[in-house]
Amino acid sequence: MSAILSATGLVKSFGGVQAVDRADLEVISGSITGLIGPNGAGKTTFFNLLSNFITPDDGIVQFKGDRIDKLQPHRIARKGMVRTFQVARALSRLSVLENLLLATQNQTGETFWNVWTQPKRIALEEKQSRDRAMEILDSIGLIQKANDYAGGLSGGQRKLLEIGRAMMTKPELILLDEPAAGVNPTLINQICEYIQYWNRQGVSFLIIEHNMDVIMGLCDRVWVLAEGRNLAVGTPEEIQTNAKVLEAYLGA
Amino acid sequence: MFSYLFSFDSGILTYVSFLITNIAIYAMLGLGLNLQWGFTGLINFGVAGFVAVGAYATVVLSMTGLPLVVSMVAGGLVAAIFGLGLGIATLRLREDYLAIVTIGAAELVRLVVNNESLVDGKPGAIGINGFPLPLANFRPDIFTRYGMALMLTGVFGLSLWKLGHWCRRRLVSIRDAKNKVWITAVSVLGALVIVRADVVTTIAMLNFKDNQVVNGLLFCSVLMAALVFLLVETLVRSPWGRVLKAIREDEEVAKALGKNVFSYKLQSLMIGGFITGIAGAFYAWQQSNVYPDNFKSDLTFNVWILMVLGGAGSNPGVAIGAAIFWIYTTLTRDLSKLLPMVPTSQIDAFRMVFIGLLLIGLMVWRPQGLLGNRDELTLGK
Repeated sequence: MSAILSATGLVKSFGGVQAVDRADLEVISGSITGLIGPNGAGKTTFFNLLSNFITPDDGIVQFKGDRIDKLQPHRIARKGMVRTFQVARALSRLSVLENLLLATQNQTGETFWNVWTQPKRIALEEKQSRDRAMEILDSIGLIQKANDYAGGLSGGQRKLLEIGRAMMTKPELILLDEPAAGVNPTLINQICEYIQYWNRQGVSFLIIEHNMDVIMGLCDRVWVLAEGRNLAVGTPEEIQTNAKVLEAYLGA
Repeated sequence: MFSYLFSFDSGILTYVSFLITNIAIYAMLGLGLNLQWGFTGLINFGVAGFVAVGAYATVVLSMTGLPLVVSMVAGGLVAAIFGLGLGIATLRLREDYLAIVTIGAAELVRLVVNNESLVDGKPGAIGINGFPLPLANFRPDIFTRYGMALMLTGVFGLSLWKLGHWCRRRLVSIRDAKNKVWITAVSVLGALVIVRADVVTTIAMLNFKDNQVVNGLLFCSVLMAALVFLLVETLVRSPWGRVLKAIREDEEVAKALGKNVFSYKLQSLMIGGFITGIAGAFYAWQQSNVYPDNFKSDLTFNVWILMVLGGAGSNPGVAIGAAIFWIYTTLTRDLSKLLPMVPTSQIDAFRMVFIGLLLIGLMVWRPQGLLGNRDELTLGK
């Protein structure tokens, strides 16, 4: 049971505020791992540090054994670790389909010279990409909207788009930032089902959530962060009964 | 004013040729800027600098004996490198800083060419003239002239076909009568203008020897503009273009999906710069004398105006914006004849005021420009 992602001693301060204070985390390969903590605990900052959208002041992040804390964010994505955003960010003036097509990795057509020198290969790749995108859209129930502008999607649909887009990259690990926030209960169940479905196909997940039902139902292991520091780690049941956690959450 | 559309008087024909050449050149300028702003979201307020770099590089190189085509491509390349330098210096900063630096960079170029003596030890402020112009010594036989006329007709024919397509599509998708009338009126007017352009250019090609300089430039600039248009349209529909659009919408998402945003922004600046530089060569040939004062910031803002007029983010829109901009200039230059008691300087000022008012009105009642999509505009993040 190896760790696909491990972070050791991550530190980040913004001015005088210590957002993350020597925090550790480990995601076992093939698992669904949760990250919880009260508001302001530094969870999203932690995600940003893991994916190097913000540079850590100190600490090490390893993905599949290689250090990634000095890599640029887009290179980390290419290695197989994709992160989503807390407020779903749809590329508004592109169609839903284009949003997904963008996510395909290693596209020949994305290199300037290839546009002129390899049109046939690009056309073929586009077709394959399109087929896969339609499959994913179908599985998340957005296929009717494929050719509509993504900006016209509702909040819940944008969440699904975020996840679908992450899946298009054929990742090994997805960092989900509050996938159930602001979403109706039926859709939450659907999202959980998709996560489990993709997890069975080999994708590992690290999920930030406030919704305890989601955490309990999905996660193999849960890490608790409070005030930028590790507070506890264990199975969902252990965490639910941990006195320190309950104190930090004040009954959340 | 209708004489421009229908007259066959040689003076009018020459003027319309000049007009078409200008439209082609400014369309190219707009297409270069559109790649940077309309598709990638980069605020480039230094268009005049790119034009100047392309113009001066082309002209100086051609005067050393290099063939015109090579000089022109070299001019484009130098402008691309200018874009590269600009990008490396600023792209890691916030977008407003790019805007500020581009203004400064353009002024820098202008001051350099003003103070440096680039040719024969003559001071830069005098400008450069006497450089070779495209097809100036070309003496085409009757078959070649028909061929040239045919090529230009091909360009205009294609434009007309596209217009018809657009008109049909819009009439189908629009419900209310008022908009239907607007679309039809615009299409008819557009068709008229295109046909007129075809007539004038055909006559010009068949009578090539009457004015080789004007006709040569007309032929080259229309063909070049058509070529640039096709190339840019291919680019923006490609996966590469899709990445640019993604960066325009939300660059953090692009990064999260594995795209090297910095590299693509540089590419956009460079390719857009290359196109602007090539247009700069034509700009120089059109003026036939290059003065530093030709590259002041009003050139930059004129290009921005025509891009916004037609609908930024739409290449056909830019071409149409260029046409409208120059047609407006033409129609209003006669204003001074109609109002002889008003001094020309005031008329010119009034024309500027009027175009400003037009832009304001556009922003209020039709912010998508002529060809933009209203829904697209209101889609926030």
